[in-house]
Amino acid sequence: MKALLVAEYRDGQLLGSTYELVAFANQLGAESAMFLVGSDSALPQYDGPLYLADSGKYSEFNPAVHKQLLLDVIAKEQPEMVVFAHSSYGWDLAPRIALTLGAAQVSEVVEIVDGVPVAPVCNSKLRRQVKANTDRTVVTLQAGAFGLSDEPSGSPTVEMIDTDSDSAAQIEFCGYEEAEAGGVDLSKADVIVSAGRGIGKPENLEIVEVLAKALGGEYGASRPVVDSDWADHSRQVGTTGQTVSPKLYVACGISGAIQHLAGMKKSEFIVAINTDKDAPIGEVADVLLVADLKQFLPVLTEKVRAL
Amino acid sequence: MKILVCIKQVPDMESKFKINAEGTWYDGIDLAWRMNEYDEYAVEQAVQLKEQVAGSDLTVLCIGRQQVQETMKKALAIGCDRGVHVADENSHQKDPFEIASVIAEFASDKGFDLIFTGMQSQDRGSAQVGVLIAEMLGMPSISTIVDFAFADGQISAKRELEGGIKALVKTTAPALVTCQLGLNTPRYPTLPNIMKAKKKELLSVEVADLLKVEAKQETAKIYFPEKKGGGLVLEGEVADLADQLIQILKDKTAVLA
Repeated sequence: MKALLVAEYRDGQLLGSTYELVAFANQLGAESAMFLVGSDSALPQYDGPLYLADSGKYSEFNPAVHKQLLLDVIAKEQPEMVVFAHSSYGWDLAPRIALTLGAAQVSEVVEIVDGVPVAPVCNSKLRRQVKANTDRTVVTLQAGAFGLSDEPSGSPTVEMIDTDSDSAAQIEFCGYEEAEAGGVDLSKADVIVSAGRGIGKPENLEIVEVLAKALGGEYGASRPVVDSDWADHSRQVGTTGQTVSPKLYVACGISGAIQHLAGMKKSEFIVAINTDKDAPIGEVADVLLVADLKQFLPVLTEKVRAL
Repeated sequence: MKILVCIKQVPDMESKFKINAEGTWYDGIDLAWRMNEYDEYAVEQAVQLKEQVAGSDLTVLCIGRQQVQETMKKALAIGCDRGVHVADENSHQKDPFEIASVIAEFASDKGFDLIFTGMQSQDRGSAQVGVLIAEMLGMPSISTIVDFAFADGQISAKRELEGGIKALVKTTAPALVTCQLGLNTPRYPTLPNIMKAKKKELLSVEVADLLKVEAKQETAKIYFPEKKGGGLVLEGEVADLADQLIQILKDKTAVLA
């Protein structure tokens, strides 16, 4: 079994997800090779062949050209599996490759059971085993699902690659816009009390905020709350917001989408307050309180203040 | 300008799910259904574009059982001009390749200038269909957009990357974009528009007329994940719960010290 790992590079840096691909290949016991549009100044610590295209020449984001570079490597290496991170780069490029190869693409793989990939369904409430009907497969791996137990090490055998299909560029990449500066640095808070969709309406954010204050912490928010403009983006915890690991994390009305869990599951102690006791947040919570926020939070705040 | 927006009807994610008799999908009975959340942003953006470009025509397409027409009516009430229902009793069993093939087959001779989809569905979450449709039609696609502008045939969009960073990208119509949450503020349909929507054209097409490929994958088995960690679950009266929680925090954490 041979796997081709599609590493990621952004703003001059190799991304850490690259090592999750290596961990995945190791777990499968697969022979591997790596593909990267990046730079020889930021090579992965990896023992194996690395096909490297220069991002200075081919851009960090250019789906049509990256696709052609990758297809050329696939034609040479003939991997049974092409492995991406399930990320903004991976889920964009993977379907383009799968279609050309005529391969099944299994998205957001969380584990492999008896050789069969498993993917989440319905916000991780369910899981499914996916049977591919094609010999070759493309997979994208859920962020954080696979990890190296040791620090990465090794040095790749680099082969520089080129393509003349630059004229096929359909998308012009014009640069990055950094996350909004300012706001709150949640990573410094010992206690974070976060509000999710379950707070129901923006006025209820206040009962979350006062509990956070009573506990000497900051309030955070899940994505739906930020998308609804009920809270500032600097308060967002999760993949596209901040990653936090406070001493105490209190999730209020947060169902526990994987994107949120990825941002807070390393907290030392997690309390979830939710009316749905089957909510996926229960997977990571040390304590799940089945209660209505509007009734429970003010009572808790009073009792904490009285201590 | 001809615009297409593709939507999916999904269960409310707060539902109590059950596994179907075959053990291959969730049971469709006794669920509350709604428009896939990502698609709500796609519909809103498509309607905004239609309002911006005079003389535009906006089609909404949905694949599924008869019941998906309820969700389509919402899209029509928000501002889509016509609906195309691809009737399929078994759409839940179709893989992303089949779904994309059906839509691409429908769109292939319609000359759409812009196609909007959600970046993924809330139930399957494969994040493939939009990009696949564009590849099949040979048009550029920009996935995971959180900002969209159109002027003189040029699309300027921002892709959402990890860690709150955005990538600024441009392309030229005809093109497809897949919409991320937070792209815009989806409007609610007004009562007069709900009434008007009832008179809008809603065509039904059989999926067999559009499906010309075979699935590349199937769901062998669906199941509830094992509860890991075994966290404590507490239920009861709020004052009791608060006392219990405070005791636990005193015992297990230093934050109340």
